[in-house]
Amino acid sequence: MTGLQWDWTMVWEALPELLLKFVQVTLLVTVLGSIIAAVLGLVIAVARRSAPRPIAAVLTFVVNFIRMTPIVVQLLFAYYLFLELDPVTIGVIIFGIHYATYMAEVYRAGIEAVPNGQWEATTALSMSPTRTWTAVVIPQALRSTIPALGNYVISMFKDTPFLIAITVTEMVRAALVFGGNHFTYIEAITLAGVIFLVASYPTSLLIGRLEKRLAFSN
Amino acid sequence: MGDNFAALIGALPLVGEGVLVTIQLTIGGALLALVISIGLGLLARFQNIVLRGTARAIIEFFRGTSLVVQLFWFFYVMPQLGVELPAMFVGILALGLNYGAYGAEVVRGSINSVPSGQWEATTALSLSPTQRMWRIIFPQAWALMIPSLTNLLIQLLKGTAIVSFITLTDLTYATDKLRNSSDTFFAYGVSLIIYFLIAYVLTLVMNALEVQAKHKLGRGESLRQALSFRSPRSVDGKAGVS
Repeated sequence: MTGLQWDWTMVWEALPELLLKFVQVTLLVTVLGSIIAAVLGLVIAVARRSAPRPIAAVLTFVVNFIRMTPIVVQLLFAYYLFLELDPVTIGVIIFGIHYATYMAEVYRAGIEAVPNGQWEATTALSMSPTRTWTAVVIPQALRSTIPALGNYVISMFKDTPFLIAITVTEMVRAALVFGGNHFTYIEAITLAGVIFLVASYPTSLLIGRLEKRLAFSN
Repeated sequence: MGDNFAALIGALPLVGEGVLVTIQLTIGGALLALVISIGLGLLARFQNIVLRGTARAIIEFFRGTSLVVQLFWFFYVMPQLGVELPAMFVGILALGLNYGAYGAEVVRGSINSVPSGQWEATTALSLSPTQRMWRIIFPQAWALMIPSLTNLLIQLLKGTAIVSFITLTDLTYATDKLRNSSDTFFAYGVSLIIYFLIAYVLTLVMNALEVQAKHKLGRGESLRQALSFRSPRSVDGKAGVS
C-alpha cells in the first residue's frame, strides 16, 4: 500500500483537455444522438401501431434485437462496415438508433395512455389518420413521455465512453492517454468521473422534479 | 460464406471461452448487483438521516459516474494506490456496483408501492419489523420489481461487452479476433446473435421467476405464459410493467 498520491497540479493540467473533449465529443454525440433517437423512436412507435401486422411484427423483432444486443458490438459492426465514414458520425447514428428503440417503448406507453374516447372522437369527426396522430394523439402522448425521454438522454450521455471501442477520443479516452503520458491515472480518471457526475446529477434532479409536476397537474 | 463458417469452426474454442467469460461476468455482476440493490434499497428507506444519506450518496455516485469510468478507475487507479485486482474481479465489481445502484431505486420504489393496508395489517398483527419486511412486504414488492430488474439484467449483460478494454477475453473480444479470418459482417453478426440468445434466455428465466412470484401471492397463472416473448400478464388481463 503506497497510499494516496493525489496531485492537484495534474488535475489542473488535465482539466482543459478533458473539458475540451467533453464538449467536442461527449456533448455533441449526446445532443445529436438524442435528436435522432427522439424522432426515430416516435416513427417506430407510430409505425408499430398503424403499419400492417406483418410489417409491425418484423419491426418489433428488429427493435427487440437492437435492444437486447450491446451497443459496443453495434458500434464496432458499423465502424468496420463503413470504414469511409468518420467514427464520430457512426457514433451519432448508432447511439441514435440504439436509443430510438428504448424511446419507442416510452412513446408506446404514452400513446396507450391517451384515452380511448379521444380516438373515438377523431373517428366521429372523420379526421384523417395523419390528422388524428398529429393533432390529437401525439400532442397528448408527448406530455407524459418527456421525463422518461430525459432519463434516456442521461443514460446515453453516460454511455458515450463506449465510443472508445471505435477509436474516438472522447473524454475518458483522453483521460487514459493523459494518465499514460504522466504515469498517473488517479487524477485524470477521477476527474472524468467527477465531470460526469457534475453534469448528470443536476439534470436528473431536474427531470425528477419535472416528472412530479406533470404527474400532479394530470 | 463457406469460408466464414470454416473460420467460425476454427475460432470455436476462443468464442466458447468468450461466451463463458461473458456469462461469468453477467452472473457474478448480477448477483453482486442484487445484493447491493436490496441492501441499499432497504437502507434508503430508513428514518435515520445518516443511514439514508449514506445510501443515497452511494446510489447517486454510482449512477452518476459512467460505468466505463468506474471500470477504468478500478483497473488503472487501484493498482497505483497499491491494490492489485484481477481483471475478472474488477469487471464483476464495476458491473455489480453500477447496476446495483440502479437496482436500489427499483427495490425502494417497489417497496413503497406495496399498498399501505398491508403495512397497517402487519402492525395490527404486531409483527416484528424483520418479520414484516421478509414475510409480508418484500414478497409483494419482489413480484413488482422483477420486470424492472429484468431490464437491468439485460443492460448488465450488454454492459459486459466493454470488459475487453481491461484485457478480458469476452465474447466481444473473441468475435473481434474472428474478424481476422472472416468477413466483418459475419463476425459481428455471430456476436450479435449470441448476445441476443443469451438475453433471450435470461428474459425467459426472469419471466418464469415473475410467474412464480405472482403464483406465491395467489395471483397465479400457468407457467406456459412464461415461455412467451411478452412479459407475463396478471389474472385481470393487465400487462405487467414493461
